Amino acid sequence: MKHLTFRTAASFLLPLLLLFSVFILLRGHYLPGGGFVGGIIASIAFVLHAFAFGLGQTRKLLRIRPMGLMPVGLALAVFAAVLPLFQGLPLLTGLWLSKPIPVIGLVGNALLFDLGVYIVVLGVALTIIFSISEAV
Amino acid sequence: MMTINLIILPVLLQFSLAILLLFFWRRIFTQKIISIAGSILSIVVSASLFSAVYDGEILTMQAGNWGPPFGITFVADTFSATMVLLASISAAAVTVFSSVTIKRARMKFGYFPSFHFLVMGLNGAFLTGDIFNLYVWFEVIIISSFVFITLGGKKVQIEGAVKYFTLNFLASMIFLTAIAVLYGLAGSLNMADLAGKIKTIQNQGLVQVTAILFLVGFGIKSAMFPLYFWLPDSYHTPQAAISSIFAGLLTKVGIYALLRVFSLIFIPDAFMKSLIVILAAMTLISGGLGAVVQTNMRKMFSYLIVCHIGYMIGGLGMFTVAALSGAVFYLIHDIIIKTNLFLVGGLVYKISGELNMKRMGGIYANYPLLSLLIAVPLFSLIGVPPLSGFWPKINLFSESFTTANYFLLGSFIFGSIITLSVLARFWSEAFWKKWEHPVRKPHIRYYDQMPQSERAMLIIPILFLSFISLYMGLGAENIFRLSNQIASELIDTSAYINAVLGSVTTNVTP
Repeated sequence: MKHLTFRTAASFLLPLLLLFSVFILLRGHYLPGGGFVGGIIASIAFVLHAFAFGLGQTRKLLRIRPMGLMPVGLALAVFAAVLPLFQGLPLLTGLWLSKPIPVIGLVGNALLFDLGVYIVVLGVALTIIFSISEAV
Repeated sequence: MMTINLIILPVLLQFSLAILLLFFWRRIFTQKIISIAGSILSIVVSASLFSAVYDGEILTMQAGNWGPPFGITFVADTFSATMVLLASISAAAVTVFSSVTIKRARMKFGYFPSFHFLVMGLNGAFLTGDIFNLYVWFEVIIISSFVFITLGGKKVQIEGAVKYFTLNFLASMIFLTAIAVLYGLAGSLNMADLAGKIKTIQNQGLVQVTAILFLVGFGIKSAMFPLYFWLPDSYHTPQAAISSIFAGLLTKVGIYALLRVFSLIFIPDAFMKSLIVILAAMTLISGGLGAVVQTNMRKMFSYLIVCHIGYMIGGLGMFTVAALSGAVFYLIHDIIIKTNLFLVGGLVYKISGELNMKRMGGIYANYPLLSLLIAVPLFSLIGVPPLSGFWPKINLFSESFTTANYFLLGSFIFGSIITLSVLARFWSEAFWKKWEHPVRKPHIRYYDQMPQSERAMLIIPILFLSFISLYMGLGAENIFRLSNQIASELIDTSAYINAVLGSVTTNVTP
């Protein structure tokens, strides 16, 4: 798997796939996509990198342990879920900004929730794949 | 508004605790402190929820502010709030106990986070008013329990886990199928909405079949005859703290679901009643007979769980206010007592280093005061008056007599006698008998090798739960008032349905 073509492709694909995963995350509210798919695509980016350059390089690139991402994502999702409570609304109620943000569109706590899912999925997928490839 | 959000607080608190613990993945000591403090806080939260609904008020919350029957409803009536309170009491006792008994290596692999995910699932299952959401909470519970049952990875554990996994997975499939059929029939998943719609369905034959599917699904989960054999084969394999939370709460959530679904959606007809009564009687008899032949202490306790499930199912089968009241009282008593029983089992193991009752002995001679404490849960379990196991049996016995279920009455008595004889044997083997050949195993940390502080962490949970059992026995009047109220709410569901569906017009707008 250390072929030059693959390595060159992988180094270009990493930012592209990450960008694509963010795009998928953002379009997820009304169109197919969302946090789960986005997180999977982002983890594919890192897995490809790991196949091409070895696990050590990818870990260096990531800097944080993928396992540490899980609680962060969960905390974000819970935060998004409890936000309406402070306004006296039931749990998980959708709160939206009054004006759309350019490029991204109308933003609400659903996006925060999806971002949490994105991070959790990224953390879980990378933890599983990294620990399996270390064990092999 | 605050009271409405109070409903979801027990769930949210456990979830936040689990996440917080994930942040401290490697710091075992911090995890212990957070877990114990959080569990005590959760008792406070669920007690305030309980006090908010105790006077018969039913609180509802629509998740996402979607009106019923489309959104997911969370409902706290007296029954749910009581169960949440009991769950948090048991969970708090178990966290304290597990902080000294669970091995460090197991704690490192996420014991405490999984524990709080499990309790979150339990609280969610008790509080939800949506049948599909109930399924989701059941999944949360089993996924966490898979972690527990395999944590440690011994061969016997994996063997138990395979049985546990297979049967529980099957139960979930049946449960899910039943929900799908029900949705196809009624077009709704909200339990209060279903209660009204189920009567208008033409095809009542299929409704009956769905009811049986629910009975089988919940029956497997609550270890009902004939599908209980996974329980004694798997509950004795994890460590004492884990099996005590399993024993106290996992089968009881199945009972809760049975009581809820069969009082709200499928009101049992004559056939259903007699079916449930027969199953209850067989559960009592087969579980009791299973307990008699065991020499392994924890296997014997596991069979006792199966046996005593029969009391609650029997109460449901008779379906009168008094019988349901007995069943609910028994459920309240059983959650505390079964948790305590397995904690006692863990303590006895720490003292003697043995699981085989034949090789135990001399506990009374060495620890007389401790033995006295252990006697409280054991006597309560047998149902010696005036302790807590005695009171619900009055209702159950008298109702089985008045509804002419003599076979059930006989098996109730049989179950009690078996419990008495089995626990008397346990007492005489482990406590009174002279300890013949005390062998020290090097890999076990014995009770007398522990410092005073660690011993206290073992004793306090047992003491705490024994006090609650004593209160249930001596203050039975209060528990009866509670269980009668719950039973009458189970029979007359109009208040529940109104509380859920009546809130359509009172939706909150920002």
